Amino acid sequence: MDKRNIQNIIALANELRWKIGDDFHDNLAEGIYADAAEIVEDAIIDKNRDRKERLDNKIDRIVTSRVWGFPIMFSILALVLWITIKGANYPSAFLADILLGDVRPMLKSFAASLNFPWWLSGFLIDGVYLAVAWVIAVMLPPMAIFFPLFTLLEDFGYLPRVAFNLDYLFKKSGAHGKQALTMSMGFGCNAAGVVATRIIDSPRERLIAIITNNFSLCNGRWPTQILLATIFIGAVVPASLSSIVSLGAVFGIAVLGIFFMFFVSWTLSKTLLKGEVSTFNLELPPYRPPDFWRTIYTSIIDRTLIVLWRAIVFAAPAGAVIWLISNLYIGDQSIAAWMIHYLDGFGFLIGLNGVILLAYIVAIPANEIVIPTILMLTVLVTGMHIGEGAGVMFELDSVNDTASVLKAGGWTLLTAINVMLFSLLHNPCSTTIYTIYKETKSMKWTVLASILPIIMGFVVTFVVAQLWRIFVN
Amino acid sequence: MDVLPHSNCENCQHFNADGLKKLGVDTTDFDFVVALAGNPNTGKSTVFNALTGLRQHTGNWPGKTVTRAEGAFQYNEKKYKLVDLPGTYSLLSTSDDEEVARNFILFGKPDVTVIVVDANRLERNLNLVLQILEITDKAVLCLNLMDEAKRNNIEINIRSLAKDLGIPVVPASARYKEGIPELIQTISDVASGKIICKPHRIKNIPKDIEEAVKILSLKIKKEFPNIPNSRWIAFRLLEGDNQIIEALESGVFV
Repeated sequence: MDKRNIQNIIALANELRWKIGDDFHDNLAEGIYADAAEIVEDAIIDKNRDRKERLDNKIDRIVTSRVWGFPIMFSILALVLWITIKGANYPSAFLADILLGDVRPMLKSFAASLNFPWWLSGFLIDGVYLAVAWVIAVMLPPMAIFFPLFTLLEDFGYLPRVAFNLDYLFKKSGAHGKQALTMSMGFGCNAAGVVATRIIDSPRERLIAIITNNFSLCNGRWPTQILLATIFIGAVVPASLSSIVSLGAVFGIAVLGIFFMFFVSWTLSKTLLKGEVSTFNLELPPYRPPDFWRTIYTSIIDRTLIVLWRAIVFAAPAGAVIWLISNLYIGDQSIAAWMIHYLDGFGFLIGLNGVILLAYIVAIPANEIVIPTILMLTVLVTGMHIGEGAGVMFELDSVNDTASVLKAGGWTLLTAINVMLFSLLHNPCSTTIYTIYKETKSMKWTVLASILPIIMGFVVTFVVAQLWRIFVN
Repeated sequence: MDVLPHSNCENCQHFNADGLKKLGVDTTDFDFVVALAGNPNTGKSTVFNALTGLRQHTGNWPGKTVTRAEGAFQYNEKKYKLVDLPGTYSLLSTSDDEEVARNFILFGKPDVTVIVVDANRLERNLNLVLQILEITDKAVLCLNLMDEAKRNNIEINIRSLAKDLGIPVVPASARYKEGIPELIQTISDVASGKIICKPHRIKNIPKDIEEAVKILSLKIKKEFPNIPNSRWIAFRLLEGDNQIIEALESGVFV
């Protein structure tokens, strides 16, 4: 063996690689498939091959077709989200009735019977307990509906087809085709989406999938979007169109999120996470009727409860903080009022206000409590007599009441649009941040994944606010 | 194969009950190394368990740490170490699973590689088979899940398949232990050199690639006259596989 000859061989290989071009891998794979087809042609007599393959192939020809693939995908996604949001309303209201309507007064009177000082019962019940109860009531039902639906689609065999449809776009943006699956999972919960990236082998592409998962609008943010779109965007068009227009606006935000996901994936793969797109074989499995009850059971145990538990762990201290900043005074104002005062200037610059920014700071544990916190803080600074006092989060039964509180807080159409944008583009919730850390074991990537979207949020809302002020009023 | 009444099994030439001893995890002092490769969900682990008497867990979860399972059996005084490779669809990509499987067949130089395929999805499974046959010329095809194929009315011409692939083909239903004695006999024949394989080489390749592979593989053969897979190494060099480049530089193939 001569070292020089070996180096010559390697150099020759590099030269030939340039000559053959990019298609080498695909050409080789196609060659192998052609050989396999020839061999099978000789060796197999499949007596009912035509009949058996016809149904699967027929379905595939439709769901992966150029014309119908994308509309079907978006319709199924819209249907799943619609069932989740609509279906969650009833159990959420039921849980809220029990946890907020029944248990909370009981705890209050129990504390009173033990002669708790007002600050202790306020801290424990209005702060810690309320935040936890809120997270359970608002978070549990949608997740318990979304994840089983998602797993049913997975077991039926539809999700690999989604990956197949989107593979081209992901490859173009330098990411892994299986990111289509983790992205879809993110529409339910970003923390679950981050865990799901384990199916991606290549560390580079897995990091891209983790960092960009936050651009999937999660269950905790859909209700915020729908509420604001209904109040502010539906109101500027005639009543007959309002529900369609507001739904369209919400869907537009979700699609904008998908766009940002591709854009950031592409940017990362060209800069920080440079590298080759890894090839993988994606088997389109035969369609199978899913095992219904087992699916429901495992998806609730594996996904819903684990995520919920983490959210509760983070929500409890947040409730305490929310109550404390509203009830601890420095001089003549509560800490919350001071912070809102200081944040107002920056808030104005990006078309938001101090209340919204403070709400996003203290509600890091769960996007679900952003709106209740905003309402409570708005009442606090405007001095309205709604709700149950400083530091007690609440939600109003009617959309009109919510609208009047927000408008009293100085909200305009611009504020609503920018909150919708900011809700899409801000740091992940602390549950997701913690999950990212656990999955990547890296402070650097966790920090990047956390601050990248919020910087983008500041930029986007700033630009929108300036343009709005120049062109609209 | 005819289904024989249980009592007649002992008369069958394949049975050889005295010759077979399942050794479980005891993999010391072996004579031959047998690699077990195949697509996921082909019953690879069932074959592994049937050969070694082990009860390896058959489920898997993508993304979990990839490990190689090992076991052993003894047949006619010879000890065989059996290595269960991760199930993969291909050996061409960058995933961890495929790297483990690819590197073991290439660098581990097993004496026999058993490729387990699903008889119901033969065409799809052949993708992996044809790649393995580029790396090693000592292989056995275990055509598993024949019971399901029969139920699905799929008939396979075993002789034509064996001729096209250039390696012995053993039909089996590992779940019911059917075909396992024949598989063991064939493994031993290939390991001892009684059966010589003439493995199929990939034909449908565009001209420019074929040319490049020919040039490279001739040069590689000149440096390493004893390796059977100069064509595969040429493929990998064209793909830019760093591990192969390192291996060439350090002379692992000598």
